[in-house]
Amino acid sequence: MLKVIKNRWKQGYRTTKYPKEEINLYSRFRGLPTVHQDCDKKLVRECAEACPQQAIDIDKMVIDIGRCTFCGQCEIQSQGKFVTFSNNFELGTSSRDALFTSGSLPALAEHSKQHFKNLFGRSLQLRQISAGGCNSCEADTNVLNTPFFDLQRFGIDFVASPRHADGIHVTGPISNNMKAALFSTYEAVPAPKVVIASGCCSISGGPFWGSKDIVGDLNRLIPVDLYIPGCPPHPMTTLHALLQFFK
Amino acid sequence: MDNFLHIQNGQVVSRADIPDLDFSIFQEAVLNATRHSGFVVQFFAYTDEQSILKLITVIRAGLDLYTAGCSLADEYPSLTPECEKFHMFEREIAEQFGAHPKNHPWLKMVRYHENCRGKKDVFGNDYSHDIPGNYPYFTVDGDAIHEVAVGPVHAGIIEPGHFRFQCAGEEVLSLEIQLGYQHRGVEKLLEQAEQPLTRLPTIVESIAGDTAIGHSLCHSQAIEALAGLKVNDGAKVVRTIALELERISNHVGDLGALSGDVAFNPPLNYFGRIRGEFLNMLLTLAGNRFGKGLVRPGGIVFPVLEEQRRIVRDKVAEETPGIADVCDLLFSAHTVLARFEHTGTVPRNTAEKLGLVGFAGRASGLSYDARITFPTEAYAQLEANKNKRTVGDVYSRANVRREEIMHSLQSITDLLRQDIDAAPIAVPAYHTLAPDSFVVTINEAWRGEVSHCMLTDKNGSILRYKVKDPSFHNWTGLAMSLRNQGISDFPLCNKSFNLSYCGFDL
Ligand code: SF4
Ligand code: SF4
Repeated sequence: MLKVIKNRWKQGYRTTKYPKEEINLYSRFRGLPTVHQDCDKKLVRECAEACPQQAIDIDKMVIDIGRCTFCGQCEIQSQGKFVTFSNNFELGTSSRDALFTSGSLPALAEHSKQHFKNLFGRSLQLRQISAGGCNSCEADTNVLNTPFFDLQRFGIDFVASPRHADGIHVTGPISNNMKAALFSTYEAVPAPKVVIASGCCSISGGPFWGSKDIVGDLNRLIPVDLYIPGCPPHPMTTLHALLQFFK
Repeated sequence: MDNFLHIQNGQVVSRADIPDLDFSIFQEAVLNATRHSGFVVQFFAYTDEQSILKLITVIRAGLDLYTAGCSLADEYPSLTPECEKFHMFEREIAEQFGAHPKNHPWLKMVRYHENCRGKKDVFGNDYSHDIPGNYPYFTVDGDAIHEVAVGPVHAGIIEPGHFRFQCAGEEVLSLEIQLGYQHRGVEKLLEQAEQPLTRLPTIVESIAGDTAIGHSLCHSQAIEALAGLKVNDGAKVVRTIALELERISNHVGDLGALSGDVAFNPPLNYFGRIRGEFLNMLLTLAGNRFGKGLVRPGGIVFPVLEEQRRIVRDKVAEETPGIADVCDLLFSAHTVLARFEHTGTVPRNTAEKLGLVGFAGRASGLSYDARITFPTEAYAQLEANKNKRTVGDVYSRANVRREEIMHSLQSITDLLRQDIDAAPIAVPAYHTLAPDSFVVTINEAWRGEVSHCMLTDKNGSILRYKVKDPSFHNWTGLAMSLRNQGISDFPLCNKSFNLSYCGFDL
């Protein structure tokens, strides 16, 4: 017992005051990119050809952050002339098109549907479905339950049964072998329900694009309400998106 | 092993030098080696340039690695009845290439997908059906027997897999684990023709996200060997530190989860937060909490200079006493010990028969640690770790992890004392691979032995890319640990192994 008290005292209070106080991630974190429109086209083409995710559109001068894994290669290759990644973790959007970005994203709070805010603003229960990814997305969603983030203080929780859920949170590129289980879980959630695609896998297939063994895009199966990009999304990206979209 | 070729970890050999044995000679030699102290590192098939089905194996015996190959018929006598270490490998070959191991004691699918040669399916599956349904589940008959089916979607934020328990009351007689739900065709993606090698690291980092560094190292070392690249000492140190940070974050998180599973909540919460600190250290090096983006063939992508070293050094120093305290809290609580001790025991002879690897193997008394046996990167400079309790129960697996955390913290501190600036490599870099070559790489990631194997053709293109995650060996260990246990101990046993679904499913 004494040890329990001693450890409790030593560990202290660790929960972040976010969103009341800002959080600054270490400068090396790669968040929202800015595409420099004045960049030499030849250099842009080189970056686009080398991008392992084929996420760069040369003509429109945008990066598809629904495909990008934020590996940082194009920033290094262009020495920052084509793109620079900021440490802004606010990446969630309510439309797939908005993820093709040159440096700004629509304010998520204004684009979310008012009826979701009315329905789920005070209490949101989600069923997580892991469908073929690498488990980092799941891991960095799970950490929202650790004391630092303490997701439950916002009335948001991940639940075991889809019957108790208000929606699904999907990670992974939807392997063919998970398609049936994904559908039955989705169907078991009572309507009205919300669908969240988390990580570039569920948005575009992620690192596994082109594989015959995956679906590669959740929106092709079920209409997606909220997109959370990243590989995986930083826990702050997820937290920000959930708060903006539902609160 | 007279007729085998002796090789080194990460050494390029010409495919022509790999002994191409007669199947019966091959079989006898492999069985002789593995029935005793030899273990299977790789055992896989590929179709060569003449469309002939070939088999290649890499065996480790003591401090040495050996390889040999043979041609494989569409039907061949299974090795598994003689030696269990091959059971999953033979099933994998049957699934991938449609070659039937005759008299395999339990021939069933591994990941549920069609074979690549258009051969008749060995398991009689119809893949136009979405759900992996046709499982020949093992059943126990009797009035008092009941069956519990769990998954693929589990109660929590966790990967999919199916567990089938045969129970007499509370007691589990048999647990069967069927995976494959995470299968996304990783090996096929890595082998795609006409694809720049620069795409591969992104795929490899996502074989198992919690082992992103482990798999990246295996991949990079293989390319480095085939392309003749030299990695500078600073980068080797950083790559070693990254692998140890990955180890600590996973072990710490799992010790917390184990504590939660026995309803002792303080360590769950403390370790949950501390795990995050270690992921943030990976972010300091890589810009990503799982270290993705850091390791590429030739070295590291981001410079690691005094600033990053200082952050990691200070954080490790700051967290070490707290970790020791919380470990003490966990391992001295009677309620915890009562649940950990003598639960989910995998005795040494079972572990050895199955060829368990990593901390789970060490907890059952198999001391193999690739960091010592086949050191890569900066591991030759580091002290070996020792484990006290190795009787194969949950307590042993937890305690081995505790020892490994403390050992890794010390290793990182020692490595950082060298103060070498690690210069990054330029990306993207395009490499040419040695033609008609073979290389196998091995690293001790946090779960155990990760191994990648590459074969190139006469143009230096990838002919076969074989990936093996330690979970491939160890899932059977989890199934064995449940024999005659209360079913309520399943979460605890499961967490004590914490195996990878996606790393297994590929
Ligand atoms: S950071 Fe994104 S856009 Fe740039 S190379 Fe990597 S995946 Fe492509
Ligand atoms: S998006 Fe990236 S981190 Fe998430 S599951 Fe896919 S590969 Fe893993």
